[in-house]
Amino acid sequence: MAREQKLGKVYPLYLMLIPGFVFLIIFNYIPLYGITIAFKDFFPSRGILGSPWVGLEYFEYMVSLPDTWRVVGNTFIIAILKILIGFPIPIITAILLNEVSHVGFKKTVQTMIYLPHFLSWVILGGMLVDLLSIDGGLVNSVLARFGREDPIFFLGDNNWFRPVLVVSDIWKEFGFGTIIYLAAIVGIDPNLYEAARVDGSNWLQSTRHITIPGMLPIVMLIAILNLGNIMNANFDQVFNLYNTLVYRTGDIIDTFVYRISLVDFNYSLGTAVGLFRSVVAFVLIASSQYLAYKYSDYRVF
Amino acid sequence: MAVGVSTGYKVFRGFVYTGLGLVALLCILPMVNILAISFSEQGEVAKGNVFFWPRDFTVDSYRVMFREGAFLRAFGVSTMRVLVGTSLNIVLTLLMAYPLSKTAKILPGRNIFMWAMVFVMLFNGGLVPTFMLVRSLGLVDRFWALVLPAAVPMFSVILIMNFIRSLPPSLEEAAMIDGAGYGQVMLMVVVPLSMPAIATITLLSAVGHWNEYFSGLIYMNRSSNYPLQTFLYTMTAQRDINNLEQALAFAKVSDRTLISAQIFVAMIPILLVYPFLQKHFVKGIVLGSVKG
Repeated sequence: MAREQKLGKVYPLYLMLIPGFVFLIIFNYIPLYGITIAFKDFFPSRGILGSPWVGLEYFEYMVSLPDTWRVVGNTFIIAILKILIGFPIPIITAILLNEVSHVGFKKTVQTMIYLPHFLSWVILGGMLVDLLSIDGGLVNSVLARFGREDPIFFLGDNNWFRPVLVVSDIWKEFGFGTIIYLAAIVGIDPNLYEAARVDGSNWLQSTRHITIPGMLPIVMLIAILNLGNIMNANFDQVFNLYNTLVYRTGDIIDTFVYRISLVDFNYSLGTAVGLFRSVVAFVLIASSQYLAYKYSDYRVF
Repeated sequence: MAVGVSTGYKVFRGFVYTGLGLVALLCILPMVNILAISFSEQGEVAKGNVFFWPRDFTVDSYRVMFREGAFLRAFGVSTMRVLVGTSLNIVLTLLMAYPLSKTAKILPGRNIFMWAMVFVMLFNGGLVPTFMLVRSLGLVDRFWALVLPAAVPMFSVILIMNFIRSLPPSLEEAAMIDGAGYGQVMLMVVVPLSMPAIATITLLSAVGHWNEYFSGLIYMNRSSNYPLQTFLYTMTAQRDINNLEQALAFAKVSDRTLISAQIFVAMIPILLVYPFLQKHFVKGIVLGSVKG
C-alpha cells in the first residue's frame, strides 16, 4: 500500500480504460442483448423490445431445414480438409528452407511466399476468378495447350470447388506458417547438429532425430490451436469465390447466415443459426486455448 | 550447416533449391498474370493468349479506371478509412494496454477488465445483432460505420500489453520516484519504449482496414460510400450464376483487363508497405502469438 502511494495514484489508469470499454460495451456487449432476436418474431419496425417472444420456434425451424445440415457438414468438411492438408506443408517448407545456405535465395523465396498472406480475399478471389475462368482463364488456357478440349469450370463444379478452396487457402497461408516453424528451427542448439555430424549422421538422420523433435513443441501447439478452427471454414474466402452452382459442396454456416439474414431478411432465423455457430465456436476455441495452456504452457495473455 | 558434402546431398540440395524456387514462383505467378492482363489489349486476353507478359501493350484499362469516378471515390474512402481507423485503433490500444499490463495488485479489478475483453474476443452476438445495432445508431451509409464497430483491436491490445510487461519495471519506477504520474509515465516512458511493437500493430491495423470489405458491403447502401475492397468485391464476385451458360455470359461481359488493373492498383499500397510488414510481422509473431 505504501509503495503504491509512493508510485502515484492509480485513478488515471482507470480513466485510460474508459474510452476502450465504452466502445466494447456499445459494439460488443449491447449486441449480446440482440441475441434475443433469435427467440422472437423480429420485425425491424417494431424493434427488439416490441417484437413478440416465440420461444424456440426458430431453433426448431433451423433443425428441420435440410440446408442447415448441409452447411454444417460443409463447414466441418472444408475446415478439416484445410487443416489436414495444409498442416504439413509449412513444416516441410521450413525444414527445406533451412537447408538453403544462399541468403539471397532464401530471402527471395520467403518474400514471395509470404506475400499472399497480406492480400485480402477480395483481391485473391478476383485473381482466382480470372485465373480459373472458363473463358480464357490462365489455367484453362494452359490445359488447352496440353490438349484438353473442354475447359474445367473450377468455381462452378461441385467436384472442384472444395479442392480450389483448400489449395487457395494453402496459397494464402502456408508462408505465414513457414515463418513460425523456421523460427523454431533457428532456436535449435547448433551443437546438436555438430555432434550428430561427428557421429556420422546424414541429413535425413539429423532431420529425423534433431530438427523434427526440436520443432515438436511448436507443431503440437499449432495442432492444438487448429482444433479451435474446425468450425471455421473461412467466410471471406468462400464468400468471394462461391456461387449458386456450388452451394451443395461450398455453402458454409456463415455464408448461409449472411443470405438468410441480409438477403432474405429472415433476421430471427439468421440470429438463431448465428447463435448456434457462436456457441459451438466459443466452446471449440476456449477448449483449444485451455489445452494449449495445459500442454504447451501457451497463454495469449 | 554443411552436413557432409556427399554427392547424394548435393543432388538433394539441387532438388531443394529447384523445388522451393518453383513453389515461390507459383505463389506470385497469379499476380504477374493479372499485371500482364491489365496491360494487354482486350482481344488478346479474351483469346487466352496472355500469360506472364502483356500482349499488344496498352494502358487503356488504367486510363478508363482513373476516369471512372466510382473507382477513385472508393480509393478515397479507403484512404480515409486507413488514416482515421488506424489512428483510432492505435490510441485505444495504447489506452487499454497500459493499464491492463499492471497486475491486479496495483490496479484492483484488472483481471475483471481483462476477462471482459477476452470474453467478447471469443464470443459475439453474430451478424444480425451487430447489424441491427449499427443500424439503430444511424450509422448506415455513414463513414463511421467502417471504423467504430472494430475500434478496439483486441489482439493488438494483448500484443502491446505483453510487450509493456516485458519492459524493465525499473524505468517506470524511476520516473515515478521523480514525481511523474501514470499518465506522464505512459507518454514519456512506456510509449517511446514500445515503438517497435506499436509500429507492428500500426501496420497490421492499416493493412486490416485497407483489406476489409464486408462492413462496407453491409452498412453502405449507396455504392458511392463503398471502400475500395467493397467496390472490387461487387466487380469480381459472381454469386448469381445458376448454370454454365450464365457463367459464360458473365465471363464474356466482364471486362477482364479493367478488373485486373483495378485489382493491381488495390494491391499497390500493400506492396509499398510489404518490406516493413515482413520486417515487423516476424517480430509481431514472436511478440504475440507464439511464446512457446
